[in-house]
Amino acid sequence: MKYVLAVLVENKPGVLARVAGLFSRRGFNIESLAVGRTLDRSLSRMTLEVDADEKTLEQVVKQLNKLINVLKISNLTLEPSVNRELVLIKVRADAVNRSEIQQIAETFRAKIVDVSLQSLIIEVTGNEEKIEAITLLLAHYGILEVARTGKIALLRGSKTTKNGGI
Amino acid sequence: MRLTGARMVLEALRLEKADLVFGYPGGAVLPLYDQLYDAQVRHIMSRHEQGAIHAADGYSRASGRPGIVFATSGPGATNLVTGIATAYMDSVPMVIFTGQVATPMIGTDAFQEADITGITLPITKHNYLVKDVHELPRIIKEAFYIATTGRCGPVLIDLPRDIQAAEADFRYPQEVFIPGYNPTYQGHPGQIARAAKLLSRARKPVIYAGGGVVYSGAHGELLELAESTGIPVTTTLMGLSGFPGGHDLALGMLGMHGTYWANMAVNDADLLLAVGARFDDRVTGKVSRFAPGAKIIHIDIDPAEIGKNVRVDIPIVGDVRLVLSELLKKTAKADTAVWLEQITEWRRAAPLHYCQDPEGELCPQYVIEKLYEETGGAALITTEVGQHQMWTAQYYRFNHPRSFASSGGLGTMGYGFPASLGMQAARPTELVFCIAGDGSFQMNIQELATAVGYRLPVKVAIINNQYLGMVRQWQQMFYRSRYSSVELQQGPDFVKVAEAYGALGLRAQKPSEVGPALRRAIETDGPVVIDFRVRPEENVFPMVPPGSAINEMIRGESK
Repeated sequence: MKYVLAVLVENKPGVLARVAGLFSRRGFNIESLAVGRTLDRSLSRMTLEVDADEKTLEQVVKQLNKLINVLKISNLTLEPSVNRELVLIKVRADAVNRSEIQQIAETFRAKIVDVSLQSLIIEVTGNEEKIEAITLLLAHYGILEVARTGKIALLRGSKTTKNGGI
Repeated sequence: MRLTGARMVLEALRLEKADLVFGYPGGAVLPLYDQLYDAQVRHIMSRHEQGAIHAADGYSRASGRPGIVFATSGPGATNLVTGIATAYMDSVPMVIFTGQVATPMIGTDAFQEADITGITLPITKHNYLVKDVHELPRIIKEAFYIATTGRCGPVLIDLPRDIQAAEADFRYPQEVFIPGYNPTYQGHPGQIARAAKLLSRARKPVIYAGGGVVYSGAHGELLELAESTGIPVTTTLMGLSGFPGGHDLALGMLGMHGTYWANMAVNDADLLLAVGARFDDRVTGKVSRFAPGAKIIHIDIDPAEIGKNVRVDIPIVGDVRLVLSELLKKTAKADTAVWLEQITEWRRAAPLHYCQDPEGELCPQYVIEKLYEETGGAALITTEVGQHQMWTAQYYRFNHPRSFASSGGLGTMGYGFPASLGMQAARPTELVFCIAGDGSFQMNIQELATAVGYRLPVKVAIINNQYLGMVRQWQQMFYRSRYSSVELQQGPDFVKVAEAYGALGLRAQKPSEVGPALRRAIETDGPVVIDFRVRPEENVFPMVPPGSAINEMIRGESK
């Protein structure tokens, strides 16, 4: 099963290496990882998507907690949350099919952010399902390159992951 | 007070009441060693950085204080790696200072540059690369705090050369503020009550005690718990000195080379109380069939150990000593008479055995038994890794906490001899023996110079079977005796080696020579090496073959 964890860490050099190293040496799989500073500049929030069974997840969380620079881990999987990922897709497009692709983009509320004679870059934001769906359609025209941010997530409602709302 | 970074380190060591540093100098720690020149703290220079770090480890295990190590950048630092990993696996508190190239040179592949914080990331509890001398006092304070609290472990501070020379105001913090680090010491009262209830109802309970008992100083509480409830105690290798080996309720070690009765008892138990132990694969054998009928209570200071390898019915996170003393208030005598009788029967059915022909080849087990006799079980013992280590665990009965040091988790050959120097330095008036193999001893044999130079009168008992014995045993048992790269017949002559270093060298080849050799070693003021020439192809039994449950022991050949 895939779990989404929000991990609040100290914003210090080497912290990402500590977290990533922990996953590789203990044989845990990271599906996606997104890192950014919080409003408090001394802290960063990592959003990790982990593919694991329940027992492995428990170890992941416990081992992460042992890292001195990790302050707080919240499991967002089982609570209502908003999950988003931003993806840039460069797709093959010419005069003949450009408008067709534009329609697809509109349907998915994606944006065309670059146009050339042979290609388009489409910016799409959404959950995994949506991104998979549009990718599948665009593959039909030939996808040249993809860049993904990795998933980020917040709990729904006014509830926050404790001291992670900053 | 304005001080250089190097001076700050020495000041901090003074404030941390450190009395001893182990290390080896080099270019990137010249400022640090210049400060050592007239510092109060004693420094023991090894002959290899690995020797220094194992010695600091032995010092820590014997004293309970953190081991402190200095080494230079690059190769000096990488030579520490095995020792850091050894300490990390066995939860030994250490603060390690390595030199580093000057900050502007970092990342340029400068001479003797190695990314030691990167390299030691997975084998330290935490580490620091100091980039601003103003942060150094706080970092050292944190390093000592992190190393010595919670589940202890090594912490490394990488000190670039320019930081050692730079000056700043020195104010050593009184307290630390580490928001991401909060060890739990007090066990949950509800869980402790539940555990007590289970303990009093059990008919076939066993206490399985690990290194956590020794480290938390819980040997008194453990003894009281065992005696007041009548529950027998088996220990791990790391837990050996945590419960008196000669006690009626002592089952000896469990696991791959554990006693028959300890393994049978755990296998048959209806309740297992795991205390400061981590269900290592050498203990559990086939983990899915470990203690199949037992409810498991697990006390450990590290929450990540609970539920890692086996399912646990009652987890209790906390300091072993504090939890046991709470547990003691709630437990009563359990009805274990029938159970203890059963264990006695197992003990009678398959005692540890070997056969020593008085005129024949020397048996390694006999040497260990004689060593136990001659020292009255009162010596501080280290071992290297291999057959001799397991025979020591089986035949030497440890009665005092912190009297035994061995590389349990990492299984580091070359650990025992330098560690014995550290033990001796920590407890100078006591008798220290290193029980070694002829293979392992050669991995840090150069430290004989340290022993002689610093008058550390350690006695090395080499169980010399002219083989890498444990590997040979496995090749014999599981690879059709195809002995591949295990022969050590070419020597060296350990007596001559000892003499060359200025130590006393002795040799014993017959059973009748063992006692006199040991007595002579004990009476000698300085370091002694005894070359015990033992039967080459003796095997360690009982043995749980890899992949088997612990009740499926090979009980051994009779000779």
